[in-house]
Amino acid sequence: MKILVCIKQVPDMESKFKVDTAGTWYEKTDLAWRMNEYDEYAVEQAIQLKEQVKDADLTVLSVGGNQVKETMKKALAMGCDRGAHIEDDSSSDKEPFEIAGIIGEYAKDKSFDLIFTGMQSQDRGSAQVGILVAEQLDMSAVSTVVDFSYSDGTVNVKRELEGGVKACITAKTPLVVTCQLGLNTPRYPTLPNIMKAKKKELLSLPVEDLLKVEPRQETVKVYFPEKKGGGLVLEGDAAELADKLIQVLKEKTAVLA
Amino acid sequence: MKIVLVAEYRDGKLLGSYGELIDFADKMGGESVMFLVGNDTDLPKYDGVVYLADAENFGEYNPDAHKKLIVDLVGKEQADMVVFCHSSYGWDLAPRVAFALKAAQVSEIVEIADGLPVTPVCNAKLRRTVKVKTPQSVVTLQSGAFGLTEEPAGSPVIEKIEGNGEGRIEFTGYEEAESGGVDLSKAQIIVSAGRGVGKPENVEMIANLAKALGGEYGASRPVVDSEWVEHNRQVGTTGQTVSPKLYVACGISGAIQHLAGMKKSEFIVAVNTDRDAPIAEAADVFVVADLKEFVPLLTEKIQSL
Ligand SMILES: Cc1cc2nc3c(=O)[nH]c(=O)nc-3n(C[C@H](O)[C@H](O)[C@H](O)COP(=O)(O)OP(=O)(O)OC[C@H]3O[C@@H](n4cnc5c(N)ncnc54)[C@H](O)[C@@H]3O)c2cc1C
Ligand SMILES: Nc1ncnc2c1ncn2[C@@H]1O[C@H](COP(=O)(O)O)[C@@H](O)[C@H]1O
Repeated sequence: MKILVCIKQVPDMESKFKVDTAGTWYEKTDLAWRMNEYDEYAVEQAIQLKEQVKDADLTVLSVGGNQVKETMKKALAMGCDRGAHIEDDSSSDKEPFEIAGIIGEYAKDKSFDLIFTGMQSQDRGSAQVGILVAEQLDMSAVSTVVDFSYSDGTVNVKRELEGGVKACITAKTPLVVTCQLGLNTPRYPTLPNIMKAKKKELLSLPVEDLLKVEPRQETVKVYFPEKKGGGLVLEGDAAELADKLIQVLKEKTAVLA
Repeated sequence: MKIVLVAEYRDGKLLGSYGELIDFADKMGGESVMFLVGNDTDLPKYDGVVYLADAENFGEYNPDAHKKLIVDLVGKEQADMVVFCHSSYGWDLAPRVAFALKAAQVSEIVEIADGLPVTPVCNAKLRRTVKVKTPQSVVTLQSGAFGLTEEPAGSPVIEKIEGNGEGRIEFTGYEEAESGGVDLSKAQIIVSAGRGVGKPENVEMIANLAKALGGEYGASRPVVDSEWVEHNRQVGTTGQTVSPKLYVACGISGAIQHLAGMKKSEFIVAVNTDRDAPIAEAADVFVVADLKEFVPLLTEKIQSL
């Protein structure tokens, strides 16, 4: 069985963001980077599937500059077999259709049985790439998966709907699965596995060879939303803050009465 | 401009979110038709043509078949734009339709500014204005970002779409959300734990504050996914919707899916170390503090009132 998992490196969402000089994305310096949260579930599910079927080859792919290799190494240490790094310093300027086009072009003659992606990326959050890859490869796809099982070419999944209701789905491979939070419990790489991962293949391929599509949209500008609401902001010493908050609650609500 | 609005139907019922689609079409100043895989016992209140495919024949979740129906309709109507809700139905189907139409897709629109769609970036800390380069476009709307101020009204002209839907994936039924346990929707005071609590042991300080205030404790999704708190205490789109007199969000960033579940609370207090956390938009009081220090102190002071 051949499995592909697509991961994106994103900044920690608690970072202090700045708009870049072009005004079309965030400034990429001084940020802490990590694996897109949704993709951690995708990697874990791909590894669990590999462990289940035993005879499987699992590739982790990421499109981005050299620094994304750090995040790919984590996926290798978790248990992916090999890494395909699509080297692209301007991946953040590309729209989902282009990213999907690149991934699809890479995957097109490799006959993957299953492709796992996250349901969305935390920074751009378009929730498109996984399904667009499927369309391009003419594979079927299921999104927002919170439960996954595989047996003999058949996949049973549950999609999560609003209100926590789930839809039960049966599908055949080849299949693209986009993973939702809570699908599994992503493992932490162990030290021996981190050492082993250093010897795993991590090939960089130039994006020029794989980019065959034109962008269909562009960013006009990125900006900070106006701060709405104008709620009261309390800052300072914790004990004083507690007193102030109690005062406000007494004045504005009836809950302490 | 001609717009196709894709309404949703679940478990035999039309979803109320179709009003958001109508409001969006009004704001775009376009002429619209509606598309729905559903049935004729539950129809949208809408002055226009509703193309109705029977869910009995086409299935409630059958993306291959629904995609084809929409693409055919776009051709027939010569539509410029297809509009979905950014929901489990919409974000699944929209990219498929966009791909078939060779159209750009803009996801999770929060507003239209100067005629251009605006979408959130980085957990809504930033916004992005987008320009589409293709003649047609497919868009999804953030839940709650658009909406009619009044109940939708009108009576549609129904055009039935005949046929059957073939699809590669099989939908076998719904599984209800876990229920039982606490009913947060009735609680008057809720204190919720977010990922900022850091470790499972710290959930207790949140529960203690809730107790001191005479309320219940809730949680954001990561805390539930990590099994630090049971699912029936989750607040948000895939958990419970609550409207207490007081909601205290501790270590919760304020993602749209969490806000959707609690923003109707009468009074909202946020405790967060990050002054820029999007929860600030909803909070009446934003306490910039480490919850591990602040919450036990507050609890003590409230207990001794
Ligand atoms: C389809 C879908 C449905 C979803 N449904 C839900 C849902 O129903 N409910 C839900 O909650 N989420 C839901 N989510 C997830 C949602 O998008 C967010 O990922 C989630 O709400 C984040 O939870 P959080 O705020 O606790 O964690 P984070 O976003 O990680 O935020 C943690 C916050 O804690 C703060 N913090 C850290 N340390 C401290 C400290 N010591 N003291 C004080 N503050 C601190 C940080 O500054 C940060 O703001 C859904 C997502 C999707 C895609
Ligand atoms: N640059 C990238 N490299 C590899 N995979 C990506 C990249 N961008 C997005 N993806 C995958 O596509 C999913 C959805 O992303 P998006 O459509 O941007 O919300 C992510 O969770 C990843 O699995």
